[in-house]
Amino acid sequence: MDQALFEFCLRMGDNTLVLGHRVSEWCGHAPVLEEDIALANTALDLIGQTQLWLGLAGEVEGAGRDADALAFRRDAWDFRSVLLVEQPNGDFGQTILRQYLFDQYQALMLAELVASSDARVSAIAQKAAKEVAYHLDRSRDTVVGLGDGTDESHTRMQAALDRLYPFVGELFGEDDLDREVAARGIAPLPASLRAAYDAALAATMDEATLALPDSRWSQSGGRDGTRHSEHLGHLLTEMQWLQRAYPDARW
Amino acid sequence: MVAQPSTDEIWAVLARVPDPEIPAISLTDLGIIRDIAWEGETLAVTVTPTYSGCPATSLINFEIETALREAGIERIDLRRQLAPPWTTDWLSQEGRAKLEAYGIAPPTAARGPEKCPRCGSTHVERISQFGSTPCKAQWRCKECREPFDYFKCI
Ligand SMILES: [Zn+2]
Repeated sequence: MDQALFEFCLRMGDNTLVLGHRVSEWCGHAPVLEEDIALANTALDLIGQTQLWLGLAGEVEGAGRDADALAFRRDAWDFRSVLLVEQPNGDFGQTILRQYLFDQYQALMLAELVASSDARVSAIAQKAAKEVAYHLDRSRDTVVGLGDGTDESHTRMQAALDRLYPFVGELFGEDDLDREVAARGIAPLPASLRAAYDAALAATMDEATLALPDSRWSQSGGRDGTRHSEHLGHLLTEMQWLQRAYPDARW
Repeated sequence: MVAQPSTDEIWAVLARVPDPEIPAISLTDLGIIRDIAWEGETLAVTVTPTYSGCPATSLINFEIETALREAGIERIDLRRQLAPPWTTDWLSQEGRAKLEAYGIAPPTAARGPEKCPRCGSTHVERISQFGSTPCKAQWRCKECREPFDYFKCI
């Protein structure tokens, strides 16, 4: 089995799965109907991308696990998602800022993955890149609108940025797995995306009149599964209960 | 043994299958049927998804199979093809006209509707980047005041 490609697909698919589930928690709760629909559609795209990434992971593993088995039958320590995406929704501003921080990274990553040496990875990236570009348009505009909005919205967005920025650095982590997939031309080293990310983030925050925290110190432990936050366990409890209680249940 | 229908005849069969979410247009109008080919006794139909999470995907596959079986084709191999990704450029001209007649503004490169599909006014504004299905956004006409769907350009 190609362990590196398998784990790389888990990192991609677990990010979209956990974020997709988080965003779906808004369904029926958003401040206005249009935002409710937008959040639900964003979640739908993310879950669709998860089916592609985890489907490929299962194919690479070759042990008979499909996307559903990987999503619903693994425990927290087997998840390879970054800590950023498992953070609770908080208020609407925090949700949309988390979305922007992720979308900006994902857009850069997918643009590189289009040229992956693995044709299957490239095909998924080509498909997902279009959807993520659309998400990024919206999350970026909304962050700017709320940051440069009323005193109340500005204060909330600054608080959200202060809370979430310590999770940004993990997106650019580097370990043996990253080095192997980079050497094989499957994916770029995440660190190689950092300069472009920082430039985009600075421009957006400037327009949003938000101040980036000085410290670049970062939490880590999600993408290698060594130290997920307690939030992931709670999320999985809710997401996986049906398949745990009634294994192989079907509609 | 019955003679195999030609691929042209099969394209015509699928041109009569409505999209389950926007029944005003057909699957071929939507541009998601990428290839139809006979491989011996088996008909291979290659389909590309519109959005990766589109909930209609499995229903679309079901509708394709049903239509082909009704046309007397027994052995069908439905294949998913991701790349090149579906784009609204693949909507047929006929499909664009049918969308507009149905009240959905067709996609434009300018990332917004050219005009209100009801009254034709160009004074339109966006309500939301998203809509009732993954492929649509919500807009409103400032002349006739009606909200309408816009088929997102991707
Ligand atoms: Zn009008």
